[in-house]
Amino acid sequence: MNRPNLRTSLAIAASAALLLSLLIVSVIAGGRGERDADIRLTLATTTSTENSGLLDALLPAFEQEHNVVVDAIAVGTGQALEIGRTGDADVVMVHAPVLEEEFVAEGYGVERVYFMYNDFVVIGPPADPAGVRAADGAVDAFRRIAGSESVFISRGDNSGTHIKELMIWREAGVRAEGDWYREVGQGMGGVITLANDQEAYTLSDRGTFLSYVAAIDATIVNEGDDILFNPYGAIAVNPERHPHTKIEPAEAFIDYLVSDEGQQRIAGYTVNGEQLFFPNAQ
Amino acid sequence: MLLPSFGEALGLLASGDRELLAITANSLNFAICSTVIAALIGIPLGIVTTLREFPGKRVVISVSYTLMGLPTVVVGLLVFSLLSRSGPLGGFGLMFSPAAVIIGQAILALPIVVSLVYGGLARLDPELYETLITLGASRLQRTVKIVREARISVAAAVLTAFGRVVGEVGAAMMLGGNIRWYTRTITTAIALETAKGAFTLSVALGIVLMVVAFGVNFGLNYLVKLRPRGRIL
Repeated sequence: MNRPNLRTSLAIAASAALLLSLLIVSVIAGGRGERDADIRLTLATTTSTENSGLLDALLPAFEQEHNVVVDAIAVGTGQALEIGRTGDADVVMVHAPVLEEEFVAEGYGVERVYFMYNDFVVIGPPADPAGVRAADGAVDAFRRIAGSESVFISRGDNSGTHIKELMIWREAGVRAEGDWYREVGQGMGGVITLANDQEAYTLSDRGTFLSYVAAIDATIVNEGDDILFNPYGAIAVNPERHPHTKIEPAEAFIDYLVSDEGQQRIAGYTVNGEQLFFPNAQ
Repeated sequence: MLLPSFGEALGLLASGDRELLAITANSLNFAICSTVIAALIGIPLGIVTTLREFPGKRVVISVSYTLMGLPTVVVGLLVFSLLSRSGPLGGFGLMFSPAAVIIGQAILALPIVVSLVYGGLARLDPELYETLITLGASRLQRTVKIVREARISVAAAVLTAFGRVVGEVGAAMMLGGNIRWYTRTITTAIALETAKGAFTLSVALGIVLMVVAFGVNFGLNYLVKLRPRGRIL
């Protein structure tokens, strides 16, 4: 053995030791320890509940009380329901009444429970080149955006917000296509950041918008129309379809959402002093 | 927007933020486990491919090289369709768990290990093998000698695979679901935090990822420099 051979052996031994120590460090520092519980409940929900910070305010109390860990997967409403359909979630929490009814009617969900709402707002650049502030309702606002071919950012991801947006275009009788109409396929937060950056218009739920408002120039240019009402529903995945789903903690979670405690936590969650979601359990 | 975040990010790193640590630990954990699995399968495969002659050998090698560039989202989709409760392996309940991410990343890493091990062994002096036969070495002795001769390539193959999986986002996002404290990795957290407009954590995580990547590259360069040239035995 000559010297280079010794050095290569040392180098390889050192690399192996480095990888091994990284592994040990990662196991020790691993975040699993503080979230150990017997039951893991998989919650498929929308980006609006996670990006707005609501989940962080809502989940810990439930987790402690029931010794359950809630694994929240934040995607668009369409995908959240799809994860429920394939049986990869135990409970879904979304905002697209039509799709929710379909989900329950097909037998994938047990029952839809409404537990909170907020509303959608049309946001755009403060200069408002399309004159949306003067519009008579959201449908007229969308017509003005299309008429002036001002840039509009669409979620384009079959989310609850995207479905509401398509509904408004339909009401407006506008075919949303062309250079000015950009489908970006991102979550609500990503779309707001993008719209702000491109001085474009978009549709957002009020909750997510308010949690971003401090960091952006874009403002609300239209709000308050009935069509902009945005109810959130929770549905336990039907164990008759997917026997492995955890119906008991799923129903406990829904019970928690509509309980006094859950409703108070929803009402009490504020960002910059503004309430983002409004409890409405019956 | 990024510059002020940079200072805050350094502060966050210095303070040893708990969530930052947990996310980093997840990333390293998944990447190391998947790399080890890929190495255990891929190194023997690479050796066999080099030393044995078998029909279709060229095809196997071409396929392996092609799969090195396998798009991460395609692997995500493939493993998703297998592991989903509605898929053939749904009974194991692995979807949206660390195991799902590790499986996906191991699939990404495997062709890299096989191809680079093959490449390293094939680049050895062809006379080496002949010489060993002339010297009367047994098949096992020949294999051991060849692998020892190419050990730097083998180590480089493993490090390259690690570098690929630690920085990938497609499989981690689709198979892990970016679940906080559970399957959130550096890359999925950066995607989320950037969408949330929370650049501080994004930048801090980006720094960690770059440090890991630099570390791996530094190790690779060191190994390559050490590569013995022109020596047979």
